Amino acid sequence: MSSDLGTASVVATPTQPASYQSQSTLAHIIYVLRDNPVTLIAFIMLSVLVVCALFGHWIAPYDPLATDSSSILQPPSSQHWFGTDNVGRDVFSRVLVATRLDLQISIMAVSLSFVIGATLGAIAGYWGGWIDIVLSRFLDTIMAFPLFVLAMGIVAALGNTVENIIYATAIINIPFYARLIRAEVNLRRDSGFAVAAKLSGNSDLRVLVQHIFPNTLPPVMVQVSLNLGWAILNAAGLSFIGLGVRPPTPEWGIMVAEGANFIVSGEWWMAVFPGLALMFAVFTFNLLGDGLRDIVDPRKRK
Amino acid sequence: MAQTIPVVIGVVVISFLLTRALPGDPAVYFAGDAADAASIQQVREALGLDKSMPQQFLIYVGDLLRGDLGQSLSSGQPVLTDLTYRLPASLELTLVALGLSCLIAIPLGVLAATRPGTWVDHLCRVLVTAGVSLPTFFTGVVLIYFFYYLTGWAPAPLGRLDFIYIEPDRVTGFYLIDSLLAGDIETFLGALKQLILPSITLALFTMAPIARMTRSAMISALSSDYIRTVRAAGLSRTTILRTYAFRNALLPVITTLGMVFSFSLGANVLVERVFAWPGIGSYAVDALVASDYAAVQGFVLAMALLFVFVNLLIDLLYSVVDPRIGFADNE
Repeated sequence: MSSDLGTASVVATPTQPASYQSQSTLAHIIYVLRDNPVTLIAFIMLSVLVVCALFGHWIAPYDPLATDSSSILQPPSSQHWFGTDNVGRDVFSRVLVATRLDLQISIMAVSLSFVIGATLGAIAGYWGGWIDIVLSRFLDTIMAFPLFVLAMGIVAALGNTVENIIYATAIINIPFYARLIRAEVNLRRDSGFAVAAKLSGNSDLRVLVQHIFPNTLPPVMVQVSLNLGWAILNAAGLSFIGLGVRPPTPEWGIMVAEGANFIVSGEWWMAVFPGLALMFAVFTFNLLGDGLRDIVDPRKRK
Repeated sequence: MAQTIPVVIGVVVISFLLTRALPGDPAVYFAGDAADAASIQQVREALGLDKSMPQQFLIYVGDLLRGDLGQSLSSGQPVLTDLTYRLPASLELTLVALGLSCLIAIPLGVLAATRPGTWVDHLCRVLVTAGVSLPTFFTGVVLIYFFYYLTGWAPAPLGRLDFIYIEPDRVTGFYLIDSLLAGDIETFLGALKQLILPSITLALFTMAPIARMTRSAMISALSSDYIRTVRAAGLSRTTILRTYAFRNALLPVITTLGMVFSFSLGANVLVERVFAWPGIGSYAVDALVASDYAAVQGFVLAMALLFVFVNLLIDLLYSVVDPRIGFADNE
């Protein structure tokens, strides 16, 4: 423990004032990672996911859509690591290739709800008044719906496509961001640095965007990470019940749904591997969220 | 109550908007493929779609007040009839699952809080972390594989009752209660067997938040001044835990229960799908796939109202658990 501290402070010693900020941040991250191996594991798991998403199409040993009537429902073997499905497609290739689509859906949904939620929350938190009241009432109403059920309703109303899965997932996540950012902005609205920025002639908008908002980001990033896992679960759940992604597109939720029909006759590999991939992804983002909380939590800093 | 009414109004407005946000022209859809311009216009007038939005909204609210949620295209029945017929199946599953998860998660959370750092605490942490990462539909599939295919302990995952049993006479719609009322123990056991796997699936999903909240609420209750005082006063450990710590820790746990109920209404849809459970969740999924919009919207609205009602119940429960919380008009 003490040797860790020693190395960290040696790394953090500024040689040039300009690079002090980035170096100490890096040193802090290294310090936290060393202190908390679980976070390190989460980062490694995340890079596995990212590699699968970016290069899955090249790594995959088979064409994920190619059917092969000569090898139907084969159990896992050295040729087909995760076995083959009912039309002879290689499950390993399909699980690998699906990573990109699943991550895409959740990242796009979370970014959308982050942008919309942050804007609404920042406005309500900074100006308050009737905007705040209207927004809070609106968010309460959204939260009054069981969220997965609301997502189903939105997809039903907008139409059954992948884009609408993204919109539905985004809408049900907006309240979490809006509430969090509203609270964080509200807390800092009258703090010293904000008042100083205002006194030196900045407009309200500039104070909000350039001075207050960046300070709310650390807790929001934790929320983003936890939310990504939840968004993946949500999107996979929607495609499990037949919404959004259409077969034969490889996607984890739909693959579990297809595999579920064969589980009662013992062909477990069709459902289990995509399900494990899904769990791996969700678990990664949850671990990462906990780890990020340690990094941004000021009480952890020395 | 003051909180509930605006939320109900909001819920009705949002579900009205969802009904009207349909892509394309509902009149064309309802008139069928062979319709010409005149008959489409006729359907539009019949559906009231030629009126202005506020007028349509008033008509919608009027229909709701009369309990009219529209007709389901696939079953040909009024949506409300379908929903009330299938609701007991879903409620039976949800309530049994919630009961099960409370029975396990609350003692686990209490034990973890009173014995920090022991294996109970670690078990609690593992459960909480794993629980939030588990997709319900996947847990269900894995449980079916182990307990139906491999060991054969559970019956086939095909609905509420195996076909060898006769459905009990419908009194409440809950098979467990109805079969007991009819004095038919065999059917009761049959229904219970069917219920075990789906409710464990749902319980695994809901245990995590309950255990986590119980643990942290108990820890903060146990470290408070009043606990130190009663400890100094020499009360027994059981009395301290049960009467002083647990009762105070119960409030946040009940709040979490409300949230968990909302989650499980959503997760219910997935679990019903996996186990071919004939509840409102699988009804809504079938309706969604068949583009039966009235049924889906009716389902969404019914779920939201049910959840609002549960939250109201929880608010009332607060004042039972904690007499300090009263209602302004009661005092």
